[in-house]
Amino acid sequence: MSVSLAAPETALEAKPPAHRRKRRGVFLRGAVLPALIVAVWQWLSSAGLISEQLFSSPWLILKQYAALARSGELPHHLRISLIRASLGFLLGGGTGLLLGLFVGMYRRFEEVVNPTVQMLRTVPLLAITPLFIMWFGFGELSKVLLISLGAFFPLYVNTFLGVRNVDAKLFDVARVLEFSRYRQMTRLVLPAALPNILLGIRLSLSIAWLCLVVAELLGADSGVGYMIQDARAFMATDVVFVGITIFALVGKLSDSLVQFLERRLLRWQDSYKG
Amino acid sequence: MQPAVEIKGVSKTFRSGHADTHVLDRVDLTVREGDFTTLIGPSGCGKSTLLKIVAGLDSDYEGEVLLEGEAVRGPSQEKGVIFQEHRLFPWLTAEQNIAADLSLRNADVRRRTDELIALVKLGGFEKAYPRQLSGGMSQRVAIARALLRQPKALLLDEPFGALDAFTRAHLQEALLDIWQTRKTSMLLVTHDIDEAVFLSTRVVVMDTKPGRIKASVPIDLPYPRSRSSRSFTELRTAVLGHLEQRQEQEAYSI
Repeated sequence: MSVSLAAPETALEAKPPAHRRKRRGVFLRGAVLPALIVAVWQWLSSAGLISEQLFSSPWLILKQYAALARSGELPHHLRISLIRASLGFLLGGGTGLLLGLFVGMYRRFEEVVNPTVQMLRTVPLLAITPLFIMWFGFGELSKVLLISLGAFFPLYVNTFLGVRNVDAKLFDVARVLEFSRYRQMTRLVLPAALPNILLGIRLSLSIAWLCLVVAELLGADSGVGYMIQDARAFMATDVVFVGITIFALVGKLSDSLVQFLERRLLRWQDSYKG
Repeated sequence: MQPAVEIKGVSKTFRSGHADTHVLDRVDLTVREGDFTTLIGPSGCGKSTLLKIVAGLDSDYEGEVLLEGEAVRGPSQEKGVIFQEHRLFPWLTAEQNIAADLSLRNADVRRRTDELIALVKLGGFEKAYPRQLSGGMSQRVAIARALLRQPKALLLDEPFGALDAFTRAHLQEALLDIWQTRKTSMLLVTHDIDEAVFLSTRVVVMDTKPGRIKASVPIDLPYPRSRSSRSFTELRTAVLGHLEQRQEQEAYSI
């Protein structure tokens, strides 16, 4: 019943004291499997049950990490890879977001643009890569463009979907309250589509990362992908693993960042939390 | 004095395939300034459609609708609309919902928002998100949101229909309070006879198929009204009589 109004701040603002501890519990539960795998792996190689030449070992990989970090090789390659991936993601993801918004907002625009985009979406990226290399060479441009092409589609599709999911009844409210076009975008469409947009960002980020590896494996003289390719030629398994784990770590980190944003920005949502 | 709302010869037909449904047939209705007029009728009589037309949300009709002498063209803040569902923005807090497209950092908006929060008795819930509010509270936020725009008329489309009986009674009193403080002209659509007689200065009974106005019952009772008083019961019976007349005719025609 609506009359009994208790002070709501306690319920809304104050976080339970167990909050921190719960977070740590979540983290620990997520770390159980990786830790187990690493432990078994180390034991297998220490016991000589698997070839160190082919599988390396966590300890060797760790040592290689230190060596590569000290020589400055790892920071160098990582920096270049990060720049490529971010540029590609910003370019492709940004275009996807804008185009998705327009296509979602205006049916005419959708009719003109969407069929073409959907057609292009079905073309495997790897099939386009040779074309990109022919057009733009092995330089940075072809890499960044390849990454942005990959990052474009998830954000486009999800933004479009998000806009179309906006409750039509709220558009009526916006009309009654005479929202300006700008306000309609910032107070209605963007927040309503935000859950989908954030999902799109997560997917775009992981695809950007994937395309980065493709681009760097195909031909590059720097970057983590190049480092892996180079190490393969010398059978330096531990360096290959360093490259792989770097990809995994940075990938997880960027994903966690978006998840953090989701928690902050979607506090208003009333959905099942599991 | 100029009437708040004038509806002149409004007709509307829904076209779906080959079957046309005549929803409204030459409806004339005037809401005087400061009046509390209620439209009541069986479901399908077009009362909600009529309200939508007045709100400017439906422009496919014949006839004329005037708001303080000016023709209604599309929705605007001058006609506050309260829907059956609260229709708050889930990503905005209660006070942000009231301000909606306006900025709470503006001192004037801030002050008027605070006044309205006090008026609809939502103190302490300014920062709550809609999911944390009860149905009655959400509806009060929606009313405050409409009132912030100082509308010339408030149009309410079965605003308490989805609430439980206690909350409904409470909100009816709150609405009367607001009406008496603000003197905003009200046009309410409901199918609840009690609600109609309890709130309004005039109850307009609508007929169905096609929707047209059948009777207008002035309610000359002083506020606050007691639902159990004899005069209340008499007026209630009078309205019910107009509503039932139709059903009997229908029964004969079958």
